[in-house]
Amino acid sequence: MLNIPVIRWGEEYESLETQEVLHHATGEAIANVSQANGGIIQRDLRKAHKAREILKQFSIEQLIEMVGKAGEYFVNGTLKMGDGEQSPQDFIVQQSASTGLPEHMVELGMSKNAFVLNNMDRILDSLTRGLPLDILSSGWGKEARGIPVSYQVQSPVLGAVLPSNSPGVHTLWLPVVPLQIGLVLKPGPQEPWTPYRMFAAYEAAGIPREVWSLYPGGIEAGAAVLGACDRAMIFGGTATVNNYKGNPKVQAHGPGFSKILIADDCVDNWEEYIDLIAESIYINSGRGCINCSGVWASRHTEEIAQALAERLGPIEALPPTDPDAGLAAFTVEGMTAAIWDMIEADLSEDGVTHSTASFGERMVEKDLCGYIRPTIVHCKSPENSIAKKEYMFPFSTVVECPEDKMLSSIDETLVCTAITENETLINQLMDATHIDRLNIGPIPTTKLNWLQPHEGNIIDFLFRNRAFQVPDELLG
Amino acid sequence: MTDQNLEQAVAEAKARLDQHTYEIVQWHFHDSTGSPFWLQKKGELNFDPLSEVNNFDDLKKFPLFEDEWLRGGPVNRWIPKGLEGQPTYVFETGGTTGIPKSRVVIEDHRLDYEMFSETLPDQYFPKGANWLMLGPSGPRRLRLAVEHLCQHRGGICFCIDLDPRWVVKLIKKGWMEHLEEYKKHCIDQAITVLTAGHDIKCMFATPKLLDQLALALEERGTSLPEVGITGIFSGGTEFTPQWTRYCVEELFGGPAEESGVYMTPTYGNTLMGLACSEPVTKENKYKITYHAPQPRAATEVVSFDDPNELVGYAETGRVKLTTLTKELFIPGFLERDEAEREEPHELYPWDGVSGVRPYHVFAKTTTVGVY
Repeated sequence: MLNIPVIRWGEEYESLETQEVLHHATGEAIANVSQANGGIIQRDLRKAHKAREILKQFSIEQLIEMVGKAGEYFVNGTLKMGDGEQSPQDFIVQQSASTGLPEHMVELGMSKNAFVLNNMDRILDSLTRGLPLDILSSGWGKEARGIPVSYQVQSPVLGAVLPSNSPGVHTLWLPVVPLQIGLVLKPGPQEPWTPYRMFAAYEAAGIPREVWSLYPGGIEAGAAVLGACDRAMIFGGTATVNNYKGNPKVQAHGPGFSKILIADDCVDNWEEYIDLIAESIYINSGRGCINCSGVWASRHTEEIAQALAERLGPIEALPPTDPDAGLAAFTVEGMTAAIWDMIEADLSEDGVTHSTASFGERMVEKDLCGYIRPTIVHCKSPENSIAKKEYMFPFSTVVECPEDKMLSSIDETLVCTAITENETLINQLMDATHIDRLNIGPIPTTKLNWLQPHEGNIIDFLFRNRAFQVPDELLG
Repeated sequence: MTDQNLEQAVAEAKARLDQHTYEIVQWHFHDSTGSPFWLQKKGELNFDPLSEVNNFDDLKKFPLFEDEWLRGGPVNRWIPKGLEGQPTYVFETGGTTGIPKSRVVIEDHRLDYEMFSETLPDQYFPKGANWLMLGPSGPRRLRLAVEHLCQHRGGICFCIDLDPRWVVKLIKKGWMEHLEEYKKHCIDQAITVLTAGHDIKCMFATPKLLDQLALALEERGTSLPEVGITGIFSGGTEFTPQWTRYCVEELFGGPAEESGVYMTPTYGNTLMGLACSEPVTKENKYKITYHAPQPRAATEVVSFDDPNELVGYAETGRVKLTTLTKELFIPGFLERDEAEREEPHELYPWDGVSGVRPYHVFAKTTTVGVY
């Protein structure tokens, strides 16, 4: 079993408190992870400025090159992991074992992380909209049209309270070190693997380990990371997001409530879109905030629900080592039943039909974990309680709603795919501030363009574009 | 102490506990001295406590004590007739929403803390030193008990205003910024007192507040040793070995011999006295083992399935508390904590508990250590 220490600005610290990371199906302990207490984090963060000072000894271009190498190490290297080593295959097996994700999905996630690291130059160019990167380093520079421009860094480090159940989110913090900003991460209890492996890969690529702190721990550790970093992100449920709403220091990532709207001009051709809808619901076991959890149309909704049920309903829960496994396990005791109980309560409402009911039991309970098979629910109205719910498995409602009521009914939506050519509706969608990412046309909600920001541009979060003046001779 | 001597001390302590149990049960169930609550309960029991409880083990005949019985009035039902007419306090626990649990006290809190005082090393808790009470105010036993401890040792106790019920509300509402500000408000009060020339050397602090106070002092360029603190007592389930190590190594600047700051953990609540700790050392990996103030109170570690069955030494179970004072009789109450059972110690020749933490079944829903 691996022993994984706390990392305090690159230094290993073995805590007297540890927590085991367990295999979701066998209960076997895979690692013993040191736990940080809040006070340690608060004290360490007083030295956060040093992380930026160290990173500023390198140019952004140098750091970009180094993280490219880190990407290679991350995918192919045998790296230090606690008091042992970890090969790429070990990583795949361990992450799958503790998170319940099928191994092939872990492998896919690995390649996504590597893609981001290998394309950091293009990603930063896109996120900054072509800003010369030395402006982020020096704090100011000159635009092509000769006007001074200043981007002031808002924190020497980014803190992140990471989840256990969604390894895909790690891509969000990968661009931070190349921006000469240190990292303070609280890994998810069941997913220490990516942060620690990335730490080792960055170090192997020549990035000083002193710019990293990794603080596994409980709620107190998470609160300390959020409280002590001037910029931090957290991943959680709706309550977490609401807690931090309006707090400029915290970017809270929660459920996406992503949706596909099929407008009246396209809905009669609904069969053409079933593939992309099914993919949006099912890919990555429906765990992402960008997975579709609601399909909205004014007519043909029962047929759409039936077609999706036929496509997704028969999918079985397979072992994580099976290359065909499409469902991730729920690894927290009692969670499967708790989720299914909530769904069942909503299914009893008038106007709600469980479209996948005829494809066998949805809930699959194992000794130490559980699965819920893909579930499609038809709603006669947006008012049905379940219409706008989201769960961490392939789940979607198909909601009957007049087109002119859709935008006022869908509520917050992280990704909206609007299948329409109706110019009036497209204009309304462009102005809808409750939609974050907008796809016009038949594009899966899950299709990412890495060169575009995800739920808040990290540059806007970490830097402030402010007015700045210097004498003309300094401007050059 | 040799094994033989310890064995003898254990046997003597057990005999003392049995005798004390007998006397306390006689007191609480005799019509002339017992409280209205227990005299009424006596009628519901299927045995006679006066003739059938002769030792500690016989207490198993009682049903488990339910702390819900402590909610609401009249609180006078808890006052033994033998103590009627004496000045009486009421202390509360909980109460963020609904009716709090109440306990009446006449002088138990003073006796408990005088006993605890005997365990404090004078080198670090000098007689005559002034104290800071950095903990909850309001209708809390702790507030008065710490003040009495200080006075008992010849000092004057400075206190802060801290309403733990408001803190719980802030957490439940998710008002984290307000929580942070309230914490600062409490720490500001403490720093004001500590830096106002009151010659304070000792303090009680909850782990969270001690942490925050030390950090706030560091931000002002000073430290606990520099402001003159030499003795600290703290308590609760957050007082873990790791937290102790962090305090010693990082907040105090080393063990007491080097830093001049000595900290001792305690475990207790409104219903019992104060369980003291065996010496906590780096060599022992900062392990914290508590021993109840027998015979006035006893702690046992019992099976999760059967509260009358002790677990083996070093095994894990639920903490069961028994209080045996003339003011209060609690024949077996399952605490909200779990722990490991520990062997008797030469200073405390009876069972102890270590690794105290919230009972794993409740831990998911309990808000601990909020102040």
